[in-house]
Amino acid sequence: METVHQLTVSPDFTPDHISGWYVFNTWLQRNLGLHIHLEMYDSFEAQRQAIQADRVDMIYANPYDASMLVREKGFRAVARPLGIADECVIVVPAESTVQHVEDLQPGARVASTDDPDIRLVGMIMLEAADLHKGNIESVPVDGYVLVAKALLQGRADVGFFLKDAWDGLSNAVRKQLRPLVTSQISDIQHAFLVGPHLAGSVEDIQGLLVRMGEIEKGAGVLESLGFQGWEALDHEETEFMIDLMDTLKAE
Amino acid sequence: MLKDMHPADVAGSFREHHINLYGLGPRKVLVTNEEIPYPDGKLIVSRTDTRGIITHCNQSFIDMSGYAREELIGAEHSILRHPDMPTLAFKGLWDDVQAGKIWHGYVKNLRKNGSFYWVYATVIPNVRDGKVVGYTSVRRKPSRSKIGASIELYKQLKQQEGSAWQGPEA
Ligand SMILES: Cc1cc2nc3c(=O)[nH]c(=O)nc-3n(C[C@H](O)[C@H](O)[C@H](O)COP(=O)(O)O)c2cc1C
Repeated sequence: METVHQLTVSPDFTPDHISGWYVFNTWLQRNLGLHIHLEMYDSFEAQRQAIQADRVDMIYANPYDASMLVREKGFRAVARPLGIADECVIVVPAESTVQHVEDLQPGARVASTDDPDIRLVGMIMLEAADLHKGNIESVPVDGYVLVAKALLQGRADVGFFLKDAWDGLSNAVRKQLRPLVTSQISDIQHAFLVGPHLAGSVEDIQGLLVRMGEIEKGAGVLESLGFQGWEALDHEETEFMIDLMDTLKAE
Repeated sequence: MLKDMHPADVAGSFREHHINLYGLGPRKVLVTNEEIPYPDGKLIVSRTDTRGIITHCNQSFIDMSGYAREELIGAEHSILRHPDMPTLAFKGLWDDVQAGKIWHGYVKNLRKNGSFYWVYATVIPNVRDGKVVGYTSVRRKPSRSKIGASIELYKQLKQQEGSAWQGPEA
């Protein structure tokens, strides 16, 4: 029986790009000559369990999980997308009296998804107001539209958005909200990682991604993912990004 | 080797201090009372080799320090050492990272023009193939209350050091 390799995508993908990932899967399968199955997990927890059970062979990972995948599961980072930023926007309702992060008080109700890097960076930005896990009220929601809803319905005082998701909200919604601060951490990004089962194909995969725009149908696939292209990541760049994540995760 | 600071680089009136740097000896630094606020949303990143020589820094580091990249790469990290910082704080940093541990702390840093900025810093050892090859530091914005507590603590530590230390800084 032919081996089927599993490709998966960090569950923080924007809904607009789901079909793009299926197109990407087909393109990669054809160009690599491997049988690849795309599995879209709807939660970070479900995806982590699949990773722990060694079911994942390729993953477009968020930087938080990338460090675990590389250091603990033997994955290799091969490329990162161009034209995409993993930044976090801290948002309040438009009529809120809060003008600066420092105006937020202990007990603040904070709406966020379970997107681990956005939550991490968001909480780091709240440190300036002496806020931490222990003195905020967490309002967990299932997606960025629901972060906006929690703010609009007065169930949260402040919310964390992935910048792309914030930019993707309708004008009507954004007008009722107000961003306080946006992170500018260009060194930390999503990346495409290849697991130990496909170690022999790392160079092929990297070459395909980096040249994607020039290979047949590749430009269209990039467009449907919202990427300008892929940039090769070398070992030291990956290690550096992981070191950065480790300093941010350290309590 | 770190050069002394120059009055021509400094904005406004300043005080002159002579700090004693580990392995380098004395450096004349010029300090003013101007505080530069931490840039919102940014991380200030640098890396050093195992001796504390800067090997990498990001744009925020350059902007905040006031030095050009060429002046920073290859320089000792103590180029940012402010005379208000107690020696003990950096002893703790080096003891921890040399033991393979993570260090956190509040640091008052000196800019090229004599002004200063406060950071909350994390330093970790960079381990490659099981060996420490250098250190990375990532700074974030500290809260005003933590800065206030650090000012008090460091003042006390400086006083204690001052009574024991009879060098150029005393
Ligand atoms: C990665 C790393 C980052 C550092 N960052 C700073 C810094 O921002 N400011 C500072 O004064 N010292 C910093 N230090 C500590 C300096 O190397 C030095 O110990 C300190 O400035 C005191 O000088 P001294 O050791 O010569 O007494 C850092 C050290 C390391 C390893």
